[in-house]
Amino acid sequence: MHDHEEESRGPGFNRRDFLRGSGAAVAATALVNGAHEGLAAQDVKKGVVAAGKAQDIKLKVNGKEVTAKVENRVTLLDVLRDDLQLTGCKEVCDTTNCGACTVMIDGKAVYACSRLAIECEGKDIKTVESLRNGDTVDPVITGFCKHDAMQCGFCTPGFVVATRAFLNQKPNASLEEIRKGLGGNICRCGTYAGITACAMEIAQKGGA
Amino acid sequence: MAERKVTWGPRDKHTLIGKSIQRIDGVEKASGFAKYTNDINPPGTLFCKLLVCKHGKARIKKLNVEAAKKVPGVHGVYLFKNEGDTCNWDGDIVAAVAAERSQVAQDGVRAIEVVFEELKHFVDEDDLAAATAFKETVETDGKKEEVSRAKDLVDRTVGDPDAALKAAEVVHEGYYGINTISHMCLEPHGSHAHWQTGEGPKLVVHHSTQNVSGTGGQFATKFGLDAADVRIICNYIGGGFGSKFAADEWGWAAAQLAKETGRPVRLMLDRATELKTPGTRPSGYAKVTIGAKKDGTITVWKSHHWGTDGPQGGTIDGNQMPYVFDFENKVVKSTGIKTDCGPNRAWRAPHHPQLCVVTDCAIDDLAAKLKMDSKEVFLKNIKQLDKVAAQNSDLYVAEINRAAELMDWKAKWHPHGEGGKGSVKRGLGLAINRWGGGAVKGTCMVKVHPDGGAEVFLGSQDLGTGTRTVIAQVLAETFGLALNKVKVNLGSNAYPAANPSGGSITVGSVTGSTRRAASEALWKISDLVAEKYKVAADSIEAGDGKLWSGGKAVCTWQEACRLLDNRALEVMGESPVKDGLTSVLVGGCQMADVSVDTDTGIIRIHKMVAVQDCGTIINEMTAKSQIYGGVIMGIASALSEERIMDNTTGRYINADLDTYRLPRIGDIGEIVIDLWQPDSEYNRGVVGLGEPPVIPTAAAIANAVANATGVRVPVLPMTPKRVLDALKGARA
Ligand code: FES
Ligand code: FES
Repeated sequence: MHDHEEESRGPGFNRRDFLRGSGAAVAATALVNGAHEGLAAQDVKKGVVAAGKAQDIKLKVNGKEVTAKVENRVTLLDVLRDDLQLTGCKEVCDTTNCGACTVMIDGKAVYACSRLAIECEGKDIKTVESLRNGDTVDPVITGFCKHDAMQCGFCTPGFVVATRAFLNQKPNASLEEIRKGLGGNICRCGTYAGITACAMEIAQKGGA
Repeated sequence: MAERKVTWGPRDKHTLIGKSIQRIDGVEKASGFAKYTNDINPPGTLFCKLLVCKHGKARIKKLNVEAAKKVPGVHGVYLFKNEGDTCNWDGDIVAAVAAERSQVAQDGVRAIEVVFEELKHFVDEDDLAAATAFKETVETDGKKEEVSRAKDLVDRTVGDPDAALKAAEVVHEGYYGINTISHMCLEPHGSHAHWQTGEGPKLVVHHSTQNVSGTGGQFATKFGLDAADVRIICNYIGGGFGSKFAADEWGWAAAQLAKETGRPVRLMLDRATELKTPGTRPSGYAKVTIGAKKDGTITVWKSHHWGTDGPQGGTIDGNQMPYVFDFENKVVKSTGIKTDCGPNRAWRAPHHPQLCVVTDCAIDDLAAKLKMDSKEVFLKNIKQLDKVAAQNSDLYVAEINRAAELMDWKAKWHPHGEGGKGSVKRGLGLAINRWGGGAVKGTCMVKVHPDGGAEVFLGSQDLGTGTRTVIAQVLAETFGLALNKVKVNLGSNAYPAANPSGGSITVGSVTGSTRRAASEALWKISDLVAEKYKVAADSIEAGDGKLWSGGKAVCTWQEACRLLDNRALEVMGESPVKDGLTSVLVGGCQMADVSVDTDTGIIRIHKMVAVQDCGTIINEMTAKSQIYGGVIMGIASALSEERIMDNTTGRYINADLDTYRLPRIGDIGEIVIDLWQPDSEYNRGVVGLGEPPVIPTAAAIANAVANATGVRVPVLPMTPKRVLDALKGARA
């Protein structure tokens, strides 16, 4: 269950794409001609607005205050990965479709590629790395290992965060709710059975 | 002393081999600490963006990158193509720009002055007539020739098909097809490269590869280096599925840009290019005629199929048609279509899923025509298998029956088209597969330290199949140690060369070589222990952290290793060796239970059953994960995923994760997996499992849809529109 589901209906419909610039024009034709929707999404690339001035921003990530020097157009995902070396959130689609970049903002699952870094000042950002402290890990991580809910592992951290945020919101979720609630993420290797088993097991124990 | 032989030993003695063991890198991956190529990002790294062709086919009339080079923050531009060159498909790469940030690199890409002259393209991969009619002038050795895009590849006749067809009591004719799909690795293809001076290799490349030991040479040759001067590293890889064996030009581009800029450079393909350029699975469309006796015995097979694998002009392999089955009388023709679509690369079980769709769907339709249970028709013909599969015919019978039991086939099955009175129809389908999966050449080195530390080094890779974990299990089991007492070093070409991971060859290769080296190391240590403690060397066994003789503990593993006299023991291991540790050839059966909403065309999977043999199983849990993964990928290509080419523009119009549809967690239904593992399987040795489970899923689902509705949806994926079209066609 992602916080931004409402606004992520495609390029041109969210604030980020507006700020990115030309996405909106392409998307308008996409509305008229469904066949070209795909082209719109693939042709809208980050950085379609001209370089602006980089400015210092302050972010609260995993409980720590950090600063980064970024232009307005830089996404939260890029700052986490490229500036802060928090590479647990992955860039896969960069178009808010796959969930590999999922982080928690103020406790809710959010696609980090759907937010500009400057929008996130003053918010409480938690990445997957916050769910592990040395040998101590969140039960979701333990459960993913127990049920082998991973293969290549590239979608896995995103799924872990999505599962944690979802179970925080719905600690006693049913199977149907899990199947809906984790529908914002994609795995190519086919690890859904293990993820479902893990989430079910934790939900049956009350979500922790 | 009795001759020492390397074996897997008695099955019931194992504490690790054959058990469900959690993967040893699970926490690293799940907590986001595992570093993939796409995560390598040391300070100073430059990031790349690509300029690609956005036409079906085009000539580059003008290409000027000077303005791009002047964009503040841009440090380098690499040209894949030059003015005058042709781009051969939508997504063909023209240039890469390296800059401080990816957004800045994109500024650089936009600053490139490029003019394309559009050329005539052909991307209509299922239209054989159009491909035949599409002619162009090709010049070879100064001679100009009109060449069509369609080319006959296979034309093979066995027996007397015409006579057999005349004599047949029932004849079925059908059309089947399966569209092209992309590999869609979630981690795109790409590399991080940097050059260093001083000691050690000159060029260090983190490369997202299934071929750690084999790609270094491709960089070395390109840059005039010795093989030892290139280090390839890949500790984690976010999917390959057969598409990541080469250095690739974008790998070279990263290295070249790093060389020119003096900075580390990371170049990963963007999502759209990832779908278009580094690999797809070929399409196939077939006209099939089958003749049979009234009891379901097939007497003749005729097929002609066509399709595309892009610029190479191939389609699915005609030499393996029909699939798994073989018939006394047959005619098989295939025609490759050269299209201006992206090229193909090996895709998990190359050709098999498509061959399986054509063959097993046609047999299922024959069963419908005979008003017979499809399972009975499959069983009826199980004596007519191709030479390879024939070695397994008893196994197929057992596996089909086992799957039927798990599916409750007998109770649930109904004749085709009798899937219920309402608008939602329910039905069952099945399909079978075969695969090789034997071990290939590779090496490893096992090292035992005087303090008891044990590790293995090999230039292999863990694609997510659990390679790291199965190697650890074998090493620990052989030395009688706990899993966390051994270390597996892979993912670097500094280690002894191992096989590339493709074709399900890895598990046999790496567990075989590790078992051999570790067994030999254990013997050497046993000799020292025998001498010191005055016991017979060949009586010594390892277990529980100790060495034992005649049921009594002789010494601890640490005490034994101390006898090594401060010198680490190093033993090389090899694969493959014909000593029974590994084997080849598996079969399997999958069944599907689905419902079809005939108002909306939406198909829902209720249950999939997969019964699969694979010889000696090292890790039951990761083996099952392979099967889950195969089935889910199969569901994807049955229901939703496909490359969609636009004939007008020649473009791949759904190259993103929004419109290239993959199943999500709620779309897969219940999946029941049965690993076929009687002692006879254990005794034959390890066989790979990566590919076989992806093969029969789509065909089984397609057959279940036909059973539910009584109508064949001819082309996969069975999107709601195709389902509705098929139903409408049947009513018309
Ligand atoms: S990378 Fe953000 S949703 Fe895919
Ligand atoms: S584990 Fe590979 S994409 Fe999910």
